[in-house]
Amino acid sequence: MPQSDSSQSPPDRRPLIALAWVWVGAPLAYGLYELVQKATQLFTG
Amino acid sequence: MSPPVAPPGWSRWLVPPAALSVHLSIGQAYAWSVFKPPLESALGLSGTQSALPFQLGIVMLGLSAAFGGTLVERNGPRWAMTVALICFSSGLLLSALGAATEQYWLIVLGYGFVGGIGLGIGYISPVSTLIKWFPDRPGMATGIAIMGFGGGALIASPWSAQMLDSFGSDSSGIALAFLVHGLSYAVFMLLGVLLVRVPRSERPVQSAPSAFEGPQVSARNAVRTPQFWCLWVVLCMNVTAGIGILEKAAPMITDFFKETSTPVSVSAAAGFVALLSAANMAGRIGWSSTSDLIGRKNIYRVYLGVGAVMYGLIALFGDSSKPLFILCALVILSFYGGGFATIPAYLKDLFGAYQVGAIHGRLLTAWSTAGVLGPLIVNWIADRQEDAGKSGSALYGLSFVIMIGLLVVGFVANELVRPVNARHHIPAPREAADAAVRQQPESA
Repeated sequence: MPQSDSSQSPPDRRPLIALAWVWVGAPLAYGLYELVQKATQLFTG
Repeated sequence: MSPPVAPPGWSRWLVPPAALSVHLSIGQAYAWSVFKPPLESALGLSGTQSALPFQLGIVMLGLSAAFGGTLVERNGPRWAMTVALICFSSGLLLSALGAATEQYWLIVLGYGFVGGIGLGIGYISPVSTLIKWFPDRPGMATGIAIMGFGGGALIASPWSAQMLDSFGSDSSGIALAFLVHGLSYAVFMLLGVLLVRVPRSERPVQSAPSAFEGPQVSARNAVRTPQFWCLWVVLCMNVTAGIGILEKAAPMITDFFKETSTPVSVSAAAGFVALLSAANMAGRIGWSSTSDLIGRKNIYRVYLGVGAVMYGLIALFGDSSKPLFILCALVILSFYGGGFATIPAYLKDLFGAYQVGAIHGRLLTAWSTAGVLGPLIVNWIADRQEDAGKSGSALYGLSFVIMIGLLVVGFVANELVRPVNARHHIPAPREAADAAVRQQPESA
């Protein structure tokens, strides 16, 4: 009995890619936000 | 442990976040200064004593990267990331125990020695794998990871400070902060351990050349080539020049404009330091990606040549124009970050992808050397100039001239880089088989 095409196609990795990038991107965004807050002191301080 | 091979359909875009999860964590080391004042007051330490865990950590980073590189190549990135996770997190947990029991030697041992091994193995863990996944853009790929090391300090610095504010700056508060750090980083780094895969074939992208095309040189042979030592000098000089600014950024900008009509306040100087961190990070991804387009030798010509010009501009006109001083310092720091991030791709160009992680580990001894050399030059000269009655920008003039000289030495070393002599190459599989046949006795 021939196998269906769907059983041979690799799983969709896009949700995993999105999750992985959010995992590392969220703390990095927090760090960058804090950095920008501090860096503005050069022009206002 | 055999390296985890990617299943069919695995995306190479899962590998950079795996690398980032490790580099963003171990980059916490650069935020050690947040723990210094509380430790000094809670345990009665001097400034020199409280710097010990960080200093030992950086020494261990260099040593473990240099001596552990071959193991990382042999056992693969998952093994390396697991070792990095265990060492870095258990180093923080040991530090928590040390702070709770007020045994400072445990903090030095935990954070400095055990954690430092995690720093070194973690730093080189994704390099070789990223180059194999991105043979078409190795500069960008390693730039993303090594940018994470700079980004780790940006995250940890405010996060650790807020934690110490909440838990208190006494020994039990510090212990709790170390404990939360250790557990959080273990969970965060786990993503890298779970996600990292080596490509199934040597050509993960069909349109790109294989990472294994061209000459391949083992780590043992690489250190015997003049190319390795030229790049060692290039990295050492570039890092020394960057540290020359980074080490004394806040007092430097204050001193430069102290006697002008627009002096720099303490908070503005802190803002300048933050801006330098941003330039350092942006340079890692920006310049390293640019090297994929203009070539590695050319980008180091820019780092070293334009860097020397920037130092010259600061020395000549820096105290007359604040925007010029800031702009030149930002460019120098972006080259500092770019130099770190581009070196793995330069190594891959010269020695191939075969043992590039191990070769990179050995080259990081240049970083350790520069870490001592840069601060030593700037601090020693500034102290001598102050003793001689000088002030303001005059404190740094001689340091800048020395930095220009070092950058010129690096520039010349970069110009001397040539393709590696074929006698250092490892034989291709067919050549090796032919050689084995030739060595068989005639009668066999």
